[in-house]
Amino acid sequence: MAEKLIKEMGLPKSMANVFAARNIPTAQEALALTEFELMQLLDVGMAEVSSALARISEIACPPYQTALSLMEQRMQKEDHAGHLPTGLKGLDEALCGGIPFGVLTELVGPAGIGKTQICMKLALLASLPTAYGGLNGHVIYIDVESKFSSKRMIEIGVQGFPDIFNMRGMAQEMAGRILVLRPTSLSKFTESLQQIKDSLLRQEVKLVVIDSMTAVISGSYGLSSDRLLSRDYGQGAPRQNLLAIGDALFCSSDIALSLFLSFYSRSLAEISRIPIVVTNQVRSQTRDEGCQYSFQVQSTEDPAGYDSHLVAALGINWAHSVTIRLVLEAKSGQRFIKLAKSPMSPPVAFPFKITAAGISLLNDYGRELKGAEINRIHSHGHGDVINFDGKGCGGDQWGRPA
Amino acid sequence: MEVGRLPISASHRAKLISAGYTTLSSLSSLSPSYLARELNITDSEALEILKVASLNSRLDRTDGGQAIVNGAQTAWDMLHEEQLLPRITTSCADLDNILGGGINCKEVTEIGGVPGIGKTQLGIQLAVNVQIPVDLGGMGGKAVYIDTEGSFMVERALQIAEASVLDMSEYNDLLHKENRACQMKLKPNDILESIYYFRICSYTEQMAVINYLDKFISEHKDVKLVIIDSVTFHFRQDFEDLALRTRLLGGMALKLMNLAKTYNLAVVIFNQVTTKYMDGSFQLALALGDSWSHSCTNRVILYWNGDERYAYIDKSPSLRSASAPFSVTTKGIRNSASNYKRIRMM
Repeated sequence: MAEKLIKEMGLPKSMANVFAARNIPTAQEALALTEFELMQLLDVGMAEVSSALARISEIACPPYQTALSLMEQRMQKEDHAGHLPTGLKGLDEALCGGIPFGVLTELVGPAGIGKTQICMKLALLASLPTAYGGLNGHVIYIDVESKFSSKRMIEIGVQGFPDIFNMRGMAQEMAGRILVLRPTSLSKFTESLQQIKDSLLRQEVKLVVIDSMTAVISGSYGLSSDRLLSRDYGQGAPRQNLLAIGDALFCSSDIALSLFLSFYSRSLAEISRIPIVVTNQVRSQTRDEGCQYSFQVQSTEDPAGYDSHLVAALGINWAHSVTIRLVLEAKSGQRFIKLAKSPMSPPVAFPFKITAAGISLLNDYGRELKGAEINRIHSHGHGDVINFDGKGCGGDQWGRPA
Repeated sequence: MEVGRLPISASHRAKLISAGYTTLSSLSSLSPSYLARELNITDSEALEILKVASLNSRLDRTDGGQAIVNGAQTAWDMLHEEQLLPRITTSCADLDNILGGGINCKEVTEIGGVPGIGKTQLGIQLAVNVQIPVDLGGMGGKAVYIDTEGSFMVERALQIAEASVLDMSEYNDLLHKENRACQMKLKPNDILESIYYFRICSYTEQMAVINYLDKFISEHKDVKLVIIDSVTFHFRQDFEDLALRTRLLGGMALKLMNLAKTYNLAVVIFNQVTTKYMDGSFQLALALGDSWSHSCTNRVILYWNGDERYAYIDKSPSLRSASAPFSVTTKGIRNSASNYKRIRMM
């Protein structure tokens, strides 16, 4: 709406001409100026400028909806009332039915915890027919780290949905709906976003997965994500070094993030409402990182507590932009999926395991979390978690043996 | 006062000055037609200039002892008015306490906090609470919800509305123990129907919606609360020109302040958090910079204190700085969990 031309807004002819003559073609330019600047620039009086601005604002402003009509619209028009069910009962209940459409959902966790497994499961779910709890649509899977395994995905399908996948030709059709993109640079990634936008317009795509966002950003800076974020820097490296890396990451990430976020907000809100799932890596928390306001008394937190705690690799600006954050962690030999940020549920944690059929919760009763526990990411002990049930999943991708 | 400061178009100003009219007093005794001839403009334009000039010269005249200045109010009157103003409860008694009874009308309140602290929850809660009927001590107003991040969840709004209706009918029963006929009329769906929701996708749209609110609210006079969740999102993403950002934000704050004063409503804006290098260490601070921090009347920061959520009054002309715990429950914002047994999920 911001790009709408001023001359098509029904202003008085003379006024519209003045705007055009002064090279203010759209609302975007007009609203970036104050009334006085406009009076100077257009050489007209206060009253004319105010009425013109009021008109431009009215047209450029998107129409309102009442919350009730919004709800009715979602109930009637969208599959599963605007949610992609994850098939994990407890989590679906906490999320009011699954991963919501139209918002950014993030998976954070240490390497090997099962982020990619969940992504593949969700991709598969979205491609299933509606009767089986899916969205019956295409999926775009941006696989930045080259970790997508179609073999594993089919296995999840065969184990999890034997009725569909044992039908002749169905496996091919389901897998055929998942389009995997492997951008190698930031410019390629941007290109992919543009392509997605086009296919969103054709209303075919029902889910976008980006695995992982961190790799997009650190990759753009020319350093491999492993090196940049590796925990090796944690203890040994001098602090300056660490800070410099932090800064570099911050600068490059800012550009890439704002690029992605403006894409996300436009396409989701204006073109079509679909769920977007992205993954985020972890890094160790540096001592210098602010976690308190200036008015708070400096707490003397146990310094030993730091090295076992990880934080999400992308910083606070990014964290504000995601609507739902799911943290995957391992603690004393058990994996947990935590609903760390969500506008509809208190923070809860569910124990889970990775199985041949994807991922399953050990129980559906979430344990409520409080305080700092919500955002802490534990990774100790997950190296020796062995979640094999021995049925043909020998790889180390989803249940890495020690 | 000089002609150069009159709100008239640049060419008119130039004509006035080149014809020798530099002060307002030089314009005071002129007739429109004379001025029109003098400046070679139309009669109506001349009339317009004289109108603006006479208005400004009246404002300018401060002599004459107890002159009644246009638009001013004595402090005594303001006190009376403030005492009459209802406040919007947050549904958390401790939080209401430090806010002096709730969110104040005629003021712009900024609320900031780290991701996941409950900003959006508080926003939805306020949008519901502004609708508490007058006979139950509320305002019986409607809410405008401007969503820049897409984080408004109708499911959650319905949950909070249902819990609120339940609480209200309980309270109603207490009030009218003997009079059972007095039934609650408000339904959760009515509450949702009175939340006007705008989904904003760029900063231009954000500027536009704030300009348009003036007209919108004059058509919907019962709107008593405007929520912007969050003011930061678009201004944090696509901006390189920081001077432009400061200017736009300043203009926006001014417009919101005007809106609050003119229509006697509360404006609540949410802000995000950033890290700032202060006194040799990184600390959390609200985003958008120092000049923005001047633009709101009240500023509340939500933060984690150990295992509990706290709110802190960071800035206010009338409230003392204090902090209070609150919690986010399935029913919405409530008193801190330590005060009673926590309701378990499911």
